[in-house]
Amino acid sequence: MEKMPKWADVVLIPLISLLLAAGLSALVILAIGESPTEALNLMIEGALGSTYGWGYTLYYATNFLFTGLAVAVAYHAGLFNIGGEGQAMLGGLGVAYACLFIPWPHWTVALLFASVAAALFGAAWAAIPAYLQAKRGSHVVITTIMFNFIAAALLNYMLVNILKPEGGFDPATARFPDAVHLPSLHEILLPLGINFSKNAPANVSLLVALAACVLVWLLIWRTWLGYEIRSYGKSETGARYAGMSPVKITMIAMLISGALCGMMAINNVMGEAERLVLNATEGAGFIGIAVALMGRNHPFGVFLAAILFGFLYQGGAELALWTSIPRELIVVIQALVILFTGALDNMVRMPLEKIFIALRKEKA
Amino acid sequence: MDFLTLIQIFDSSVRLATPLLLACLAGLFSERAGIFDIGLEGKMLMAAFFSAAIAATTGNAWLGLLAGIGSSLVLAALHGVASITFRGNQLISGVAINFLAVGLTVLIAQDWFQQGGRTPSLLDGGRFSPIELPFAIGPTEAEAAGRPLSRLLAEAGPLQQAYSELISGHSVLVYLSLLAVPLTAWVLFGTRFGLRLRAVGENPAAVDTAGVSVVGLRFAAVGICGILCGIAGAYLSTALQAGFVKEMSAGRGFIALAALIFAKWRPWYALGACLLFGLFQALELRPDVLEAIFQTKIQGQLLGALPYIMTVVILAGFVGKAVPPKAGGEPYVKER
Repeated sequence: MEKMPKWADVVLIPLISLLLAAGLSALVILAIGESPTEALNLMIEGALGSTYGWGYTLYYATNFLFTGLAVAVAYHAGLFNIGGEGQAMLGGLGVAYACLFIPWPHWTVALLFASVAAALFGAAWAAIPAYLQAKRGSHVVITTIMFNFIAAALLNYMLVNILKPEGGFDPATARFPDAVHLPSLHEILLPLGINFSKNAPANVSLLVALAACVLVWLLIWRTWLGYEIRSYGKSETGARYAGMSPVKITMIAMLISGALCGMMAINNVMGEAERLVLNATEGAGFIGIAVALMGRNHPFGVFLAAILFGFLYQGGAELALWTSIPRELIVVIQALVILFTGALDNMVRMPLEKIFIALRKEKA
Repeated sequence: MDFLTLIQIFDSSVRLATPLLLACLAGLFSERAGIFDIGLEGKMLMAAFFSAAIAATTGNAWLGLLAGIGSSLVLAALHGVASITFRGNQLISGVAINFLAVGLTVLIAQDWFQQGGRTPSLLDGGRFSPIELPFAIGPTEAEAAGRPLSRLLAEAGPLQQAYSELISGHSVLVYLSLLAVPLTAWVLFGTRFGLRLRAVGENPAAVDTAGVSVVGLRFAAVGICGILCGIAGAYLSTALQAGFVKEMSAGRGFIALAALIFAKWRPWYALGACLLFGLFQALELRPDVLEAIFQTKIQGQLLGALPYIMTVVILAGFVGKAVPPKAGGEPYVKER
């Protein structure tokens, strides 16, 4: 018998965790002498009050959709992919190579091939930790952490020594050619008669991310492979007994996860910066962890959580602009969300389960 | 390259290895008791901030150290509650702690000092200053002779150079961390507490059956881990540098984690691994020396990434096998 109805598990617990995180964040804001309600108003106004704000919120959300989905896919196979940051960096490298060295006729073709390049580079970076986990039993969490640092060093080397254009000062590639410019939401929505802000970075890759959501949902719940991934994540011995190959599932799940992280680069590198800079990922790989936890590893949950974190990021930037609250407040909120929805899950769950069991007994 | 340069590089290796060593031993206690801790970095960072903040306001480095240990212990307690009491995912808890430290340190620093997330620079009393051992050539001798220290050292014999540069002239925390190695080895392998602590990381059910509290032992291990991380953080901001700057732990907690695996969860090996990784960091700061040795330009980025690459190789089991404690990462559920 289930201890709790399903809705409590998927809606109530994340909601309570979120409220706890929000409450603690409000206390932090109070402690540094600012008003939490004013801060919230500013965040809502700044992130959702204009199409400019929405443009940034959706831009960040696009990044988090990719990384959140990546963490979720690995999580279904019982793997914790903490290496999203490194995989996204490598994705950026893939996009840079695809955009800089091939003269694309049109952005649609460029987007298609850049996506493939980003996914391949990201997957390649996940492949070694995946192989070591599958074949040699090296813990994927530790190896992916190590690979984040190796990726940072590699990217640094590539940008400083190889990809920096002649006479360039900052460690970054040259600007991508105009032909690979991705249409922004402004350009997409104008023909429909909607005047979306010109200066906001949200672009067509948002649609790619949404498509990825649907594809991941199909993969996990509607295919044989997804069934294998979920079985393996639930019980390794069970899956093995049913004749599934742990090596195959671990490899495939991690490769998909790495590919999704890598694809983030079509948004932040190709869509926004239009060149590869040193700190292009801005920690989005790690936010994917919070997003996946918050969204209960379901694509729709990930979608909602990504929007929420997009809102927090844009709202936090506005806060830093108008008040004395530094941007790091968002990092605190992110940490609290990870803490409550991930590590302290049982703290919320145990009392709730007791309440539901008591309620059921009363009924009976 | 002359002998003195070599000694100077070893000297800075020791300085840079100290925080790694303290954090590595911290992780050793925790992981030997079956609690994975990827939050070493966060605890160090938090301690670095609070040590510098209290040292800056009171002008006393020791009070700073206490504050650092205290703040690190708070995070350790959080990790304990999440992973022992509520049997949550230890890795996720560690990730959360790392972010909490990154955010909170800047937030509080900005609120207290308004200097863009840093503390004021520490003056003499607020720092752990170098200790000059007897017969070593140091600033006092240089002042007495009325000549620059570098000149005096260059003229001294090789033994005196090694003694003055490498052995003498470190802060008390460096010597403390070196002392922590035999102490850890003794606690873990020479005491009853250590035996139980290792047992709880391998087979908690057996410890429970023997009537010893699994929860108590694990909390003790997490607590020791907090204290050591606190000292490591205090060393960063009040001995290695003079004040706290944003994200100053700079991945050292993860290098310590790498060293821990490299050392296969053994205290003496941990010393070796941390000194080696400290040497890499020291060499990264001296590209001229590397060039002189290898006659070619060595990429600094490669050197920076080397600890991580070596750890992956070790983890892959190609060079010896690193076997973690058996019950690591698994919350213990008592049978009913």
